[in-house]
Amino acid sequence: MENSIYLDEARDPLIIAEGWMKDGKDVAIATVVETWGSAPRPVGSHLVIDAEGNFHGSVSGGCVEGAVVTEAIDVIDCGKAKMLEFGVADETAWQVGLSCGGRIKVYVERLG
Amino acid sequence: MDPYALKTLNAERRARRAAILVTDLGDGRDRIVREGDQVAGELGAAIAKAFRSGNSGSVEAEGRTFFLNAYLPQPRLVVIGAVHISQALAPMAKIAGYPVEIVDPRTAFATSDRFPDVALHAEWPEDALKRQPLDSYTALAAVTHDPKIDDFALKAALDANCFYVGALGSRKTHAKRVERLLALGATADQIARIHAPIGLDIGAASPAEIAVAVLAQAIQAFRSRGLEATASARKSESILEKHDA
Repeated sequence: MENSIYLDEARDPLIIAEGWMKDGKDVAIATVVETWGSAPRPVGSHLVIDAEGNFHGSVSGGCVEGAVVTEAIDVIDCGKAKMLEFGVADETAWQVGLSCGGRIKVYVERLG
Repeated sequence: MDPYALKTLNAERRARRAAILVTDLGDGRDRIVREGDQVAGELGAAIAKAFRSGNSGSVEAEGRTFFLNAYLPQPRLVVIGAVHISQALAPMAKIAGYPVEIVDPRTAFATSDRFPDVALHAEWPEDALKRQPLDSYTALAAVTHDPKIDDFALKAALDANCFYVGALGSRKTHAKRVERLLALGATADQIARIHAPIGLDIGAASPAEIAVAVLAQAIQAFRSRGLEATASARKSESILEKHDA
């Protein structure tokens, strides 16, 4: 349903992250904190990741989630938050990019 | 993120209350700010703005960079009265991003033939609103013209602090309504929040035009949430300054 007045608990990344935490899992939360040009997901969007690489939500249309998950597992291990930046594939050091031509900044932090 | 902040945030979101997660991007510390919490300075001004717009973003304040993630409940519109105006209002509001529910106990009016694709409750507001209570992210428009149906819903909307409360009827009709609402225990401050006659004054003539006026007024109320309080605070400040001088 579009514009439901209630949270879609089964798909809401932050609700899922809280559930994982209650199950004793280590969790990282990635958040889009800035976008330039055309970006697939708005500022504030979340991707939540557990230590096994399971994830929910999105920070792009699927273009960079793989790289964010890899970085998130690292963040879970070392505990230090990271700021990631993704742009058009050829212009950045990242092996993945946003084919739409936009750029995004993603903040990845450990829960707890 | 602090686990306690996440729990608090999810509890607020489940309860349809607005909250902002404020993260210091320098040291990673975060905290939850609820709507109405007092935060001083530049950061406080940025937080107030984010509550109104619902937009998230970074802000520089006190020499630090903060990320404000604004979580606003989905605003919605409850219409009391399955009348001609409502038939135009329901699809318009849905397009504008405000899901609509219509309540009218008169089963001849509240039919799915007249209202396809709308959440329709053919029952008294007393019953419908008990099941799905009003809140500060709900707008209420009472358009039946019938005090038996409208009055209870209007009083409930004022008590729930709905961001918009509108009532159809002339000034004369409204004067009588005010007397009845006072008798029901509404305060003068509450009654002053009712938009009556309903809708922005755009000279609306047809039911569909009245629907546009109502929707525009509800959007205006939503996007200026909290500004009335700020404006009146400024007013009293300037009065104080005059007294000092």
